[in-house]
Amino acid sequence: MTEAKLPIISIQNITKRYPGAPVAAVDNVSLDIMPGEFFVLLGPSGCGKTTLLRMIAGFEIPTSGTILIDGQDMAAVPPNKRPVNMVFQSYAVFPHMSVEQNVGYGLRIAGVGGDEISSRVREALELVKLDGLEKRKPDQLSGGQRQRVALARSLVMRPKVLLLDEPLSALDAKLRAQMQFELSDLQDEVGITFVTVTHDQDEALSMAGRIAVMNKGEVAQLATPSDLYEYPANRFVADFVGSVNLFEGKLTLDEPDRAAVDCPGLGKVYLNHGVTGSHGSDVWVALRPEKIYLHVPGEGKAIRAAAQDAPEDHNLARGHIKGMSYLGDITLFEIKLDSGAMIRVSRPNLSRHDQEDFTWDDRVSMHWRADSPVVLLS
Amino acid sequence: MAEQNWKENRSSFFASALGPLLWTLVFFIVPMGIVWAYSFGRNAGLTEIDLVGTLDNYKRATEWLYLSIFAKSFGVAAMVTLICLIVGFPVAMAITFASEKWRPWLLLGIMLPFWTNLLVRTYALMMLMGSQGYANKALGGLWGGASWLKTLIGLEPLPTWEPVQLLFNNFAVVFGLVYVHLPFMVLPLYSALDRLDRSLIEASLDLGAGHFRTIMKIVVPLAMPGIFAGVMITLIPALGAYLTPDLMGGTDSQMIANVIERQFKRANDWPFGAALSFMLIYAMFILIALQGLRKKPAETH
Repeated sequence: MTEAKLPIISIQNITKRYPGAPVAAVDNVSLDIMPGEFFVLLGPSGCGKTTLLRMIAGFEIPTSGTILIDGQDMAAVPPNKRPVNMVFQSYAVFPHMSVEQNVGYGLRIAGVGGDEISSRVREALELVKLDGLEKRKPDQLSGGQRQRVALARSLVMRPKVLLLDEPLSALDAKLRAQMQFELSDLQDEVGITFVTVTHDQDEALSMAGRIAVMNKGEVAQLATPSDLYEYPANRFVADFVGSVNLFEGKLTLDEPDRAAVDCPGLGKVYLNHGVTGSHGSDVWVALRPEKIYLHVPGEGKAIRAAAQDAPEDHNLARGHIKGMSYLGDITLFEIKLDSGAMIRVSRPNLSRHDQEDFTWDDRVSMHWRADSPVVLLS
Repeated sequence: MAEQNWKENRSSFFASALGPLLWTLVFFIVPMGIVWAYSFGRNAGLTEIDLVGTLDNYKRATEWLYLSIFAKSFGVAAMVTLICLIVGFPVAMAITFASEKWRPWLLLGIMLPFWTNLLVRTYALMMLMGSQGYANKALGGLWGGASWLKTLIGLEPLPTWEPVQLLFNNFAVVFGLVYVHLPFMVLPLYSALDRLDRSLIEASLDLGAGHFRTIMKIVVPLAMPGIFAGVMITLIPALGAYLTPDLMGGTDSQMIANVIERQFKRANDWPFGAALSFMLIYAMFILIALQGLRKKPAETH
């Protein structure tokens, strides 16, 4: 498309308050979803993500705010008149209809001619790789196949936006991983905007173009998967997306090209970029476990490594291994720092014997690079 | 709980089954057997019945007079069932989709009539529907109001109000039977609708169907087992209804149960009454067999 892109869905100051509930399920959320995007609403259960999705579908009515789909206000438009289709968490495949009848249902309702229905149904079933199962009843299908029926049933309607409510949560792990790829491919192929709700960060990171992380009815951060992971905006996002070590500290240095935080738990942390805080303010340092290098006993290597991009005595820590879990590709360490704080470190097992390098109660030193820590103000 | 195979525990199985079996045998099978035997008998004196193995009673029962009453009973029962279904389905839907807070109270409202004696309920309904009853009083009041409005705008007043004959006719019988049997229809419908996955309804709406089409294409087909159960559980007792046609019906609205009662009491013709009773039982057997036939294909697919 060459024209300037307008958002396909524009959510403006949407609030949903259920009668009798002390807090709003969705609290003044505004966000734009662009055409052709794979957009994911990510958050823990009860964060309002499903409510938001259901408001887009029209099953919940916002207490206040506006939802525009393709520039059109949806306030007075019932679910059956909206240019969106939904894949339900339970798939909601009609049990009394065959695969073919399920997929053709919306077209029959719309009054599409019989020949066109059968060709479009065939097309949709090919798209989700269900061709050959047209006559099956839902109870003769596996969970994954039923989901494909639900997908085909929505896609055949050629909606402007496809809404997916926890699409993979009912599948087993292997199938889930496979479907993550397939959903992304499918979205590429049909070019329809996908809006997916999930509580699974892996799912979100692997499929999404952009992710809105929701917490307590609000959008905590809206960013691409890598930005979300590498540049979390706050402690909630840092902690929810991936695993993280968080340390409280005071900002001791804040210049455009460098900053330092003094953390009682972790020690002195140096960053090779500035942060938007004021000198002396309370901040949190977030450090991902995989960005910490673990050194075999003897501190020299750690000190030398840290000194490469940080002043002396910065970005260094020492402690004892208190816990180890070997996960095959990586080994996770729980390390008790000399300050008494715990820190998690993950280490890739690059060679077959790497897991033998360390054992419980070993004294270790750690260092991290000056661009690894993230300073969070909230 | 572990599933126990009765074959592994024959003695305890039979011990626990013995009581109910005996009960059924003594209080159901034996009396039914006696009545069944009577249906092949002949009156001999005032209280004596000769079991002569004649089919005369059945021959008489299939005479046009009785067949027409059977047919009429079927007609009334079918109409009652249909009205119960048409009225009961929205009621069951309303209960299903009511909020958690209201649902138990609405269900209680449906079940409350069961706690009252049928006779009491029927008399209460008759008081409501009598020519001096509340229904007629309300109608008369409306009539008077309309008449007054007409005079107000300078028109001739309406003629004086004649109470509507609501009781002692076929309408009253159907109305009374619907009143009595509605809960029997609503409860199985409710239990079927309650089990329905709500997201199926939302999916139908999402795919562009309106509420009416969603009900006809999704809700009704999926509620079919409940509809069938409701129909059977309403049709069969309505077919054998005795009290309602007796109290609320007119001279032309007797149903088969009233005829049977007359044979046992006033006419003192037990063999013929027995034959009529068994005609009714055979008819019900056929109905239940039809339901069994319907179930088979659903299970095999």
